[in-house]
Parts: sequence; structure tokens; C-alpha cells
Amino acid sequence: MVTRGFSSGRHPPTDNDARIPPGQYLEQGFPVLSAGPTPRLRTEDWSFTLKHGPRPIKKWNWTEFNALPLTRMTRDIHCVTAWTKFDTAWQGVLVDDILADAGIAPPTAFTLALSFDGYTTNVPAKDLLDGRAMVALLYEGKPITPDHGGPARLLVPHLYFWKSAKWLNGLQFTERDEPGFWELRGYHIYGDPWREQRYTGDP
Amino acid sequence: MSEASAAQSPWQTARITRIEKRTPRVTSFFFKLSRPFTHQAGQHVDVRLTAPDGYQARRSYSIASAPESAGTIELAIEKLEDGEVSPFFHEVAAVGDEIELRGPLGGHFIWSASDGGPILLVGGGSGVVPLMAMVRHRTLRKSAAPVALVFSARVWDEVIFRDELIGLDDRRDGFDLVLTLTREPAQRASDYSRRIDAAMMVQATERLPKPPTLAFVCGSNAFVSAAAQALIDADVPAGLIRTERYGV
Repeated sequence: MVTRGFSSGRHPPTDNDARIPPGQYLEQGFPVLSAGPTPRLRTEDWSFTLKHGPRPIKKWNWTEFNALPLTRMTRDIHCVTAWTKFDTAWQGVLVDDILADAGIAPPTAFTLALSFDGYTTNVPAKDLLDGRAMVALLYEGKPITPDHGGPARLLVPHLYFWKSAKWLNGLQFTERDEPGFWELRGYHIYGDPWREQRYTGDP
Repeated sequence: MSEASAAQSPWQTARITRIEKRTPRVTSFFFKLSRPFTHQAGQHVDVRLTAPDGYQARRSYSIASAPESAGTIELAIEKLEDGEVSPFFHEVAAVGDEIELRGPLGGHFIWSASDGGPILLVGGGSGVVPLMAMVRHRTLRKSAAPVALVFSARVWDEVIFRDELIGLDDRRDGFDLVLTLTREPAQRASDYSRRIDAAMMVQATERLPKPPTLAFVCGSNAFVSAAAQALIDADVPAGLIRTERYGV
């Protein structure tokens, strides 16, 4: 439905258009979104636990985790609130490298990302593998600020950004695809920006 | 029931039935829904504008009206100078126009009279909008839940819903309004003239008969960061604080 009196501010089309998923707009800043207060976490108190169901497989402290191979990833990110940000530059540990350090292959097809503040979000295991996702430790070369999920956050750039859980402290393999915090509150179970999977029931 | 299922909230057209200027920068738009829904106080809708060339712009706006406002919702939209949707509303939209929207959305930043209280609401600027839905819901439901609203605005004339809020405050029925102006002296004896801080949050919680069971904080990111920290410093447990942020 054409809106009376509304005209596109984007003439002529640019090369950028192909990088912006439907319904998104280009954001130059970096908005902060979260369901609660920003946790202030000290790296000396930080840990990351890999779990299969309730059972811990391996746990790393900050020093041990930072000794894992670091990978750079520069990606466009897409928030369900309709902003897209180009070329965000991260460094962190690929989920592949975490699994390798734990000496396991994914035991199930599904995961829940777990955060210090109780936040959770579900991601199929295959979406975390083959270099598609990392536990990010640096943004633009600097430690990630608390508002943006520091000391460590998940980065799954090909899904809406609520999947890239802030203040990450674990990754849990689950037998079934278990909805996380926002998925239980009306957001899509998978969240592909290119298919506009924003809310429950979107195709 | 907190799920907002999109299967139950497809895009619909809504007609603007009334436009009311609230402050120099905020105007309320009242939309009559073609597919009426009952939202929960604190929820938002997505609004979508479509240009003749197919380009679409979408933004989320909190609902200011109470769930009891059956069939019509109020969105209080602040004009952002570099925006593309809010300037359209402020400069182009007119009564009778049809707009596409979708909702209600959001299942966390919500409060129902049946949830009880006491609750503490903390809003900065247009961050008061979803909190206003909660305050109005409380009034219309004749809820006895104690509610304190701490509302920070730059100046007296930018206090959105000012007369309505003061009117509700005057009823002394358990709703307590605390205004704080950051760029002007306070106008009421019980109000403040400074940014929100922990001391103010301590005094706000002391206006409630018991410690709050939930606190809702909404505003710009900088505001929410500062207000949420002030609440934590005032010994409100982090797990009770729900936040909604906008802007960069």
C-alpha cells in the first residue's frame, strides 16, 4: 500500500541497497538494546562453559579463553528493530575453535547461548560452525564495551542481532530447538533478516 | 500469556482519526485499527511507510494508550531531525490518512494491573510513552497497585502528558508523579531539577509503601544506562529492572 505523501529518500538506487535486507535502514551509529541493566563484569570473574544439556563439557577462564586462536570477522549486522550497520569489525574465537579445544564435534543439532544476566537465545548448531559465528572479544580493535556485551558476546551476523547474545558465559547443546528469551516473547524462532523472520509466525 | 504472535498480528491499515500536539517536539497520532487488537501496556507497534517506487521504511513506536482504549491506539511520536518516518508524521500525515501497522509487539516491557505492585516507572523524554500506557491502564482498571513515575524532561514545556499526569497525581490514589527537569528549576515543591541519580531513586522508592516488585526504565540509551545504574545503586535488584532503549 503506497503511503500518501511518502517518498523514498534513496534516489537513485545505490550499490548499498543489495546489502540491506528488506525493511531495514542503514544506521551509522551503534544503538544499544537490552532487556535489563548493563551488567558490569570483571574479566577476572568471567568464565565460559560449554555444555551438553546440564552437563558441563569444558570451562575456560578469561586467560584460558584468550589463549584460543583469535579470528577477525568484518560483517554487516541487522537488528530486528530495523537498523543495519555495515562493516562492523570484530575479533574473537570461532565456535569451531572452541569445539576443537574441547575436543568434541557438536553432540546435537541445537544450541542455547547463555548469558550472565540470564538471557538466552537459541541457534541451530550448524549456524555456529564453519566460520559463521564467534565469541567476540574485541570490537574495532578494542575490548567490547559493557553496553555492547563486553567482555564477550556471541556474534552470529547472518541472523538478527538478538541472536548475538551479549555478556555470554556459555553455550549449551540441546536435544531440541528450545526457544530463548525473546523467542518466548514473540520473536521468530530462527530470525533470518533476508527472509524478514522478525516475529513468531513470520514465514 | 506473553507471546505476541505475528500470525495474530499481520500488517493492517489504520486510519488517523486525531492529531494532537503534546509538546514542541512530540505529537500524538490516534489510529483507528481496521483489525482491532487488545495490547498490553508497554507494548509497541511497527509502522511501515511505502513510497511509490516500492521503498519501505519501518519503525517501532510504543503505544501510549491503555489497553482499554479498544480499537484506537495513540502513538506519541517525537520528531527526529534526521529521521525519515517521524518527519513524515510531523510534516505530512493528516487526519484521514491510512497507515500500515503491525502489532501488538513485545512481551517483556509490559505491565498489567493483575501483576500488582508496587512498581517504579522511570522515563526520560519520549521514553515516558510506554509508561503512560501503564499509568492509564492502572487508572482505568481502578488498580490499587502503588506506582511511582519518575519522569525526566529537559524543560517544563517538554513534559509529555503533563496536565494529565499532574491530574492523576492529584487524585492521591497511589499514583505518585515525580518530575525532574534537567535544564530548568522545578515548578512543583516535590519535584527536582537535576539528572536522575541514586539519591533520587532512593527517595522515589521511599514514596512507595514497600520496595518495588518491578522497575521499568525507558528512554535514550544514555538515560537508561544512567537511570538503571542509579536504581542498582539505590538497592533495587538488577533482576527486577526492565529496560527499553532507543537511539544511539
